[in-house]
Amino acid sequence: MSSTQTKTTHSHVAHGDNYLNHSSGLWSWLTTKDHKRIGLMYFATVATLFLIGGFFALGIRLHLAKFGSTPLLDPDTYNKFMTFHGAIMVFMVIIPGIPAFLGNFVLPIQLGAKDVAFPRLNLASYYIFVAGALLAASSMYFNQVDTGWTFYTPYSTAKTGNGVILLVMGAFTMGFSSILTGLNFIVTTHKLRAPGMTMDRIPLMIWALYSTSIIQILATPILAITLLLLAMEKTLGVGIFDPDLGGDPVLFQHFFWFYSHPAVYIMILPAMGVISELITAFSKKTIFGYRAIAYSSVAIAAVSFLVWGHHMFVSGQSTFAGIMFSVITMLVGVPTAIKLFNWISTMYRGTVTFEAPMLFALGFMFLFTIGGLTGVFLASTGMDVHFHDTYFVVAHFHYVMVGGTLMALMGGIYYWFPKMFGRMTSDLGGRISWVLIFTGFNVTFFPQFILGAMGMPRRYFDYLPEYTNLNQISTVGSWLIGLGFLVGLITIIHGIVAGEKASANPWGAKTLEWQTASPPPHENFLETPKVTAGPYDFR
Amino acid sequence: MSWITSYPATTFMPIQATEIAKEVDLLYAFLIISSLISFVILIGGMTWFLIKFKRSSVDQKSAYITHNNFAEFLWSFIPLVIMMVIFYWGMVIFEKLRVPPTDIAAEIHVTAEQWAWTYKYANGKEFYSSANDPLVVPSGKATKLILTSKDVIHSFFVPTFRAKQDAVPGRYTQIWFEPTLPGDYIVFCTEYCGTKHSGMMIKIKAIPSEEYAAWYHAESKGADTPADKGKVIFAQRACASCHSIDGSRIVGPTMKGLYGNARKFADGSTAKADDQYLRESILVSTAKIVESYAPAMPLFQGQLTDEEVENLIEYIKTIK
Repeated sequence: MSSTQTKTTHSHVAHGDNYLNHSSGLWSWLTTKDHKRIGLMYFATVATLFLIGGFFALGIRLHLAKFGSTPLLDPDTYNKFMTFHGAIMVFMVIIPGIPAFLGNFVLPIQLGAKDVAFPRLNLASYYIFVAGALLAASSMYFNQVDTGWTFYTPYSTAKTGNGVILLVMGAFTMGFSSILTGLNFIVTTHKLRAPGMTMDRIPLMIWALYSTSIIQILATPILAITLLLLAMEKTLGVGIFDPDLGGDPVLFQHFFWFYSHPAVYIMILPAMGVISELITAFSKKTIFGYRAIAYSSVAIAAVSFLVWGHHMFVSGQSTFAGIMFSVITMLVGVPTAIKLFNWISTMYRGTVTFEAPMLFALGFMFLFTIGGLTGVFLASTGMDVHFHDTYFVVAHFHYVMVGGTLMALMGGIYYWFPKMFGRMTSDLGGRISWVLIFTGFNVTFFPQFILGAMGMPRRYFDYLPEYTNLNQISTVGSWLIGLGFLVGLITIIHGIVAGEKASANPWGAKTLEWQTASPPPHENFLETPKVTAGPYDFR
Repeated sequence: MSWITSYPATTFMPIQATEIAKEVDLLYAFLIISSLISFVILIGGMTWFLIKFKRSSVDQKSAYITHNNFAEFLWSFIPLVIMMVIFYWGMVIFEKLRVPPTDIAAEIHVTAEQWAWTYKYANGKEFYSSANDPLVVPSGKATKLILTSKDVIHSFFVPTFRAKQDAVPGRYTQIWFEPTLPGDYIVFCTEYCGTKHSGMMIKIKAIPSEEYAAWYHAESKGADTPADKGKVIFAQRACASCHSIDGSRIVGPTMKGLYGNARKFADGSTAKADDQYLRESILVSTAKIVESYAPAMPLFQGQLTDEEVENLIEYIKTIK
């Protein structure tokens, strides 16, 4: 985006006035309607929840290493660790991570808008999310849940304690936050674009958030109803899923995955948006195949509703249904492959630099490719029968969710950090953090593919001696990941407190958020920008 | 134990104890090789670009390339073709895994509960995994298990057979296998079922089929078989007043030759009369109405225990 695109530059900003110091005091933050501040509040909340979820992950791995002669955890405690790790990371970190945190901060500025379409609703979404998280977390105090994050019936309704109601109602509540944020983003994208910003000039981050929002609005209500039915069965004895009450337990799986499979794309599509931004900015080159990437996001969102049955090939679902779900699932591979090829082609004849955000983007490419390819193994019915519910699946979805989404989230944090806080993070700190996380991730999760091939089932408190060595390697890897995030946390805190002052556009990127001051003024731009070219015009 | 490592260690798959396991592993090998090639093309290509196009001076300019229709067609179409091949190949194996052959040498009811398995043979022999009894099956012959659960969902997974099937309360599912060689094969529960989920491990003991026949008859406890008990229930519940056993038409369809045959329903759909179909039709007769018959049968949901339903089905199987 050349300087002709927008007349607003940081020199016009009244000296020192920005969104961070526009008003002061805790109350001004708690009642803010500024999307940037709400974004940062999500940052703090999600980061805290991530540390809690990470604590459970390290506990699981330490237990499974069997270093001592006695088990670290007893079976029920292990099952609770496994449940809280999954539930926190899925519902409270990965799903809100990029859309609610980075999306909230970036989307309106990238569109050249002053804020989202409904700022008050945006603040409400945040508090609904916090309320849901607290409700879910309260189960840790009152009655810990051991169902796994999938809450399969009739175990969850007939065999375990009532804590599951709290956790489920927490997820139910957070769903509304997700729906309202999605609604806000869709309306903002349609109605608040700067003059000249046609739909084929919006950054790919926006296309990704837009596709995600569609899924959030259409799929989350299904989860809400499902979880409500589950809570009703448990409290009132309404027989929906429990066969003893005349229900069908497999029906729950259909309902649950009808949301939770699209939710996988709620988790990965925004990450793909971040990657499009990072790769163009650090290759200093226009995106290759803008339309292909934009439309493939929408295609993935559409197809994502028709593949839920691939979680159920051995559940008792009919053979014919399994085959249909398999072939549709294969179709998701095509838009995914398109994106990977487009990103790589974007680097071709570019001028690439390797700052910390770019390293995370490249880490994403490496790990997500492995996650995607192993997904093809699982989509193939005959092969999946062996791998289903083994560590192969655990490894696969960690490569996608952590290797994909979390790597993109970390890259996005380092990338937009100067815009958020007006300061730079230490590039060295970011690089060290990346090396540790990337190495540790592969050491942790690659052996789990092998464990899965060898037949080790997931959610196992104990295992056969054949599996010991690989489990111990995996545990050592988890420490490297933990150390990497610790270095990352220190780097970020150091950046906030003592980072170098950042210029308006430290990376030389072209999208609109870099054409305003760092940090931006209260309403993002002093003068509404006018857009005359595409988002990555590095000519 | 050598059941994992005795197979070429490079693939890390368990030993191949059935013919289907070999077919699965062939697909697995294809997937590994095609994934490696794809990975090298993608990440190798990326690494090459990164080295070649690393920024070397501050005022260096990038090329301006927006798209290339031919390249984009190629990298959409080729993955699609490969994935359709993998889909089809997987489907062929899946159907073999799912559809049992017609000549079943042993048919065993396997019932899961927290945290044990029960195996019941057609002649009434019953064993419990909690007593460390293995599940004895013939080798070189096909065995079919009819799975269900008393409480929550469990899953029956035999890594060396590459076979897996959930055991769901309130319905029947089935799994079949034909171990090529005698031996002990580990079974895991692979659907999370609570505290002792990882302890729900049993062994399948495959023995030569002559030995199996001798074992099967010798250790017979002499009690009534499930089919015998089913015959009594059939009489008590007056099933015969509507369902003949000699092929003649009364109020409802005859039981003669029913099991395993295709049924055609009033709504035009068809299904094979397997265990799950019979269970559903006994408990909730209105679920599927056979063509040209009226929905006249009372519901037995809540009237018959799971065991009584199982015995009735075993009896119906004997009416040929």
